[in-house]
Amino acid sequence: MSLTLDGGQTAAPVPAAVQGYWGAVFGRLRRDPVALVSGIILLLIVLAAVFAPWLAPANPFQTSMINRLQPIGSSGYPLGSDELGRDVLSRLIHGARLSLLIGVMPVINAFVIGSAIGIVAGFVGGKTNSVIMRVIDVFYAFPAVLLAVALAGALGAGLVNSLLSLTIVFIPPIARVAESVTTQVRSVDYIEAARASGARSLTIIRRHVLGNVLGPIFVYATSLISVSMILASGLSFLGLGARPPMPEWGLMLNTMRDAIYVNPWVAVLPGMMIFTVSICFNMLSDGLRSAMDVKL
Amino acid sequence: MTNSQSLSRHDSLDRGGKAQPLLRVRGLQKHFTIARGGLGRQASRVHAVDGVDFEVYKGETLGIVGESGCGKSTTARLLMHLLAADHGEMIFDGDPIGQRGGISVREMRRQVQMVFQNSYASLNPRMSVEDSIAFGPQVHGVNRRESRQRARRLLDQVGLSPSLFAHRYPHELSGGQRQRVNIARALALEPRLLILDEAVSALDKSVEAQVLNLLTDLKQEYGLTYLFISHDLNVVRYISDRVMVMYLGKVAEMGEVEALYRAPAHPYTRALLSAMPSMNPNQRTEQAPLTGDPPNPIDLPPGCRFCPRCPMVEEACRAEEPALEACGTAHQVACRRADEVMAGAVPVKRLSEESPT
Repeated sequence: MSLTLDGGQTAAPVPAAVQGYWGAVFGRLRRDPVALVSGIILLLIVLAAVFAPWLAPANPFQTSMINRLQPIGSSGYPLGSDELGRDVLSRLIHGARLSLLIGVMPVINAFVIGSAIGIVAGFVGGKTNSVIMRVIDVFYAFPAVLLAVALAGALGAGLVNSLLSLTIVFIPPIARVAESVTTQVRSVDYIEAARASGARSLTIIRRHVLGNVLGPIFVYATSLISVSMILASGLSFLGLGARPPMPEWGLMLNTMRDAIYVNPWVAVLPGMMIFTVSICFNMLSDGLRSAMDVKL
Repeated sequence: MTNSQSLSRHDSLDRGGKAQPLLRVRGLQKHFTIARGGLGRQASRVHAVDGVDFEVYKGETLGIVGESGCGKSTTARLLMHLLAADHGEMIFDGDPIGQRGGISVREMRRQVQMVFQNSYASLNPRMSVEDSIAFGPQVHGVNRRESRQRARRLLDQVGLSPSLFAHRYPHELSGGQRQRVNIARALALEPRLLILDEAVSALDKSVEAQVLNLLTDLKQEYGLTYLFISHDLNVVRYISDRVMVMYLGKVAEMGEVEALYRAPAHPYTRALLSAMPSMNPNQRTEQAPLTGDPPNPIDLPPGCRFCPRCPMVEEACRAEEPALEACGTAHQVACRRADEVMAGAVPVKRLSEESPT
């Protein structure tokens, strides 16, 4: 019998396809009906946004003073028309582009930056952690809307600046979640064991911390997408984000708010889109959380 | 022969020959500050490990026993440099660790590995068993394929079939299987000294016995040295060559296992041993061998720290802390009245002596 670690004994053959952790997660996610339906709806909306010019029946900017505030189902206006006589269906399809961008981009950016800050703070611990987190707390102390408006105002109006200000708004909450999850993980024995095997901090973060920490942060971040979309529409309303006549759901909801007395079903359509997308993201993040929980 | 090949790695690292202790610890001390001093308040400190000296000889198993809170696990963590010691010197095979002219902490960690008590918490839940074992070698520059092969060989060695277990995750394993994986992980770096911190304590008795036998086999195959920390006196007696008894961060007694178990020289050791349930019904003790709790490690009594619970305490004990002194061959004790204790003067009440039934 071979007694050495490097000796001649041949190890058993490796099975051909090794299903990784993420493969297993997606397998479980596929079997969750709610998450599956949410995912399909989101996918359809994303596809609609991508192929908007080919899908939209009319030009979203084409106004018509005669055909203002048409109800749902009028000829030529399947989902009615808005206060300037533009086709609401076309504007909803085109609006998906901007609304998704404005809802998702700040969260993605904040996810990357906030996680990095939080994980480093949580992993290093001690005084460094306190200093970083107190600075984060200063930002966190402002109400999100106020901070977004103040930053967007200070940076100047415009789509890019509103994306930037929303990113800054979402960094503190994500960093806080990242820090608390990392602090928990850091004190578990397998991190000590990794340290005891001589690994450097960066290696430990990469191989042992990230995998156990990114899941909860990611789930939290997806739940922020809906908040981001609503905040973005608020900025648009104030003239700090998307501007008329750009089709954007939040902006549409705001400009059509007077029509709610005349044509309520058309007026709430953009709001329903925001609602649907938010709910779908939340459901998907819920499903993702249970799918990523290996202990289930 | 492959056996000599495996030992040759150790031989090439062996510096001082068989007589030089593999690990020599001098004045190891760690105090935890639990409340900061400030505004004139005195900082409170827990004296977790309070000046510990010992040697671990090549090829032996040194058992460390003591009740919970006596500093066993802190000692282990200090040895691995997972905690920074306040004071003290650790010399690994003649080389001071982490000092100029010695070996680096990183190099030490290749030669000293540790198995933790909590088999579940010490494995990354997101890593397959194979990856967990292969992590250490990869950190030290072994390529991915080779380290995985090594992981599979080690799984086989600890009695887990690689084809069945390599791709499993920790939550799919039983406690005993997980602890085998932990042992394989510790061995993956081909260490010379293995610290087993309550490694079998959480396992049920039959599994514990299997793992103990596995440890004995592995020790022979790889020429390992063990530092075996446990609160279970029977297990320590079974596996150890020498025992060190700790009480409140200090060494109370140290010696060859059989000699120490037969004739303990410290009242604390004696009390511990008499607390072991006897298989003979006529020898069962009636009352607790020790009364009271250990003193608060924040606020230690002056003099010998065993005073408040010692059945043979005298005035001098309260005044001056006894040093660890030799009392017979390879037997050291920190007690003023060690000779009397060895002679059996400690009043340990037994059922058979007190009230015949």
